[in-house]
Amino acid sequence: MSTETAPAPNRIADLALDELETPPLSLHQLAWRRFRRHKLAIFGAIVLVLLFGYAFGGALVLPESYANHTDTTLRLQAPSLAHPFGTDTVGRDNLARAIYGGQISLLIGLTAVIVETVLGILIGALAGYYGGFLDSLLMRITEAMLNIPEIFLLIVMAKFFGGRIPDYELFGRTFSGSVLLIVLIIGLTSWMYLARIVRAEFLSLKENEFVLAARATGTSNLRIIFLHILPNSIAPIVVSATLGVANAILAEAYISFLGLGVQPPTATWGNMLDSANNYLEAAPWMWFFPGLLILLTVLSINFLGDGLRDALDPRSRAA
Amino acid sequence: MNAAEPLVRVEDLTKHFPVMRGLLVQRRVGAVRAVDGISFTIARGETLGLVGESGCGKTTAGRTLLALYPPTAGRVLIAGQEIFQARGREMLAIRRQAQMIFQDPFASLNPRWTVNAIISEPLRVHHLLASEAERTERVQELMRLVGLSERLVNRFPHEFSGGQRQRIGIARTLASNPSFVVCDEPISALDVSIQAQVVNLLEDLQDRLGLTYLFIAHDLSMVRHICDRVAVMYLGLIVELADRNELYEHPLHPYTTALLSAVPLPDPVKDRQRRRIILAGDVPSPVDPPPGCRFHPRCPLAGPICSQEVPAWRQVAPEHWVACHKV
Repeated sequence: MSTETAPAPNRIADLALDELETPPLSLHQLAWRRFRRHKLAIFGAIVLVLLFGYAFGGALVLPESYANHTDTTLRLQAPSLAHPFGTDTVGRDNLARAIYGGQISLLIGLTAVIVETVLGILIGALAGYYGGFLDSLLMRITEAMLNIPEIFLLIVMAKFFGGRIPDYELFGRTFSGSVLLIVLIIGLTSWMYLARIVRAEFLSLKENEFVLAARATGTSNLRIIFLHILPNSIAPIVVSATLGVANAILAEAYISFLGLGVQPPTATWGNMLDSANNYLEAAPWMWFFPGLLILLTVLSINFLGDGLRDALDPRSRAA
Repeated sequence: MNAAEPLVRVEDLTKHFPVMRGLLVQRRVGAVRAVDGISFTIARGETLGLVGESGCGKTTAGRTLLALYPPTAGRVLIAGQEIFQARGREMLAIRRQAQMIFQDPFASLNPRWTVNAIISEPLRVHHLLASEAERTERVQELMRLVGLSERLVNRFPHEFSGGQRQRIGIARTLASNPSFVVCDEPISALDVSIQAQVVNLLEDLQDRLGLTYLFIAHDLSMVRHICDRVAVMYLGLIVELADRNELYEHPLHPYTTALLSAVPLPDPVKDRQRRRIILAGDVPSPVDPPPGCRFHPRCPLAGPICSQEVPAWRQVAPEHWVACHKV
């Protein structure tokens, strides 16, 4: 039926092995491929970029003095063209306050999580890897910290250290020392769960043969902890850290509510919410916009964390 | 160094794992006597087989010998260096010389590292090559040596089959140019069709690089193929040690005889005709080993003396040692 035709020049069988094989992808390329497929994570990343753009880009449009400018004739105005987010009880523009408050809230969320993650990883890794007496000691400390109600710890530390940290400058803006204090307080009271997660990961991973192989090679304990075991426990750490950002933003709101957090007139999304407390029905825009911003931030960070966890695991299937 | 001096000398190697009890205060209530005083030597370029059934302490012996577990007692000399005394730099120098191939190729490679990172780890730990480019070149050379395509250098372990992974493990082992390699059941986790390939690779590497092996296995026909001398372990002790052919043709210890009778013969007619020795019972617990000869509760030849006296380790022929009252 068919006649012999000359084989097409690029028949698969004629290709050299090198041409057949897809070039190997680097770890980052693989991770990016997997991340790209995660639609919600992409959504989260975009929203986060927008939120950061809003908080840090908005500052270029509206000066900080405007955010703190009071005009009692304009108090409690509903959203309008002049004040898209409305005004608060002393007539400050809520849009501008949400911009400067967003800077503080996002910074607190991120830096508190850095403190929390560093502490949690260090304590969990040391306890899990070395075991024995060190493990008992560190875990008893962890449990003791867990047994003290967090809010009590927050209050005691805020009261004790309050006012002792001087103001400092960052990004051309003066930050109240209370911001740094809040970061430390939140970081120091939230590392315990992460430490236990990391310890559990280390306990199981250190029994793997690849750790034994590293030891047989002569690899130092520090290298084993940070280069062999830690990368394998990255997934729960990323998840915990993303949840931590959300918790830190919320924790900042608690402390502010008790009058121990970031001191007015410096705005944060948390203390904006708190000042809306008495106007829930009278001026719903006062809680709606900061609340929405917190919700969007927490939600997109969680989506992002989900996507990162899948993307960072080379064994996950979507490649 | 004296040429007649064996590369590896193991004297009275003992490893007991403590058994702890108690909720608040941990008390030591006993010990798993995993390895209970074994001695042997391995000459340069030789392969010594260490065989025995599951749980007899072979793997523990191999790992303790390389100080991966802290030893309970005993002495191990590798190229004249005492490994249990070595610290810091000295230890690193021994680690460079004495390496290990692991049993499970799915667990022994870090899943987050590329093949390049895995194989070059010993180079980095021992500071063998200065630049990244030199290391990658050496990694590719090692990959060719173990029969892997060097194009796969940036792949991750999960992209490989079991046999390929074991080759990656072997390449890592060889990266630091060791002279002594403990092969801890390197083929028992592989498909039968792949086992021969890996064993041939190990033999080939031994010829080319002059390696000395301690080959831990439970597959007796494979051991016969690759080893020069064979030690048989039972419940933490070596019961017989002999030249390969001597051991397979004239096994003396009743446990060795029973083990050998379980090796399937390629000829089905012969296989049906021969007498199989089926041992009664299970291996006793190493927490509480039987008194006297540890094999006596299962031994077909056991007499009264066997449960009372520990049999002496004696030489019955040149290169043939055994511990049994009835030989």
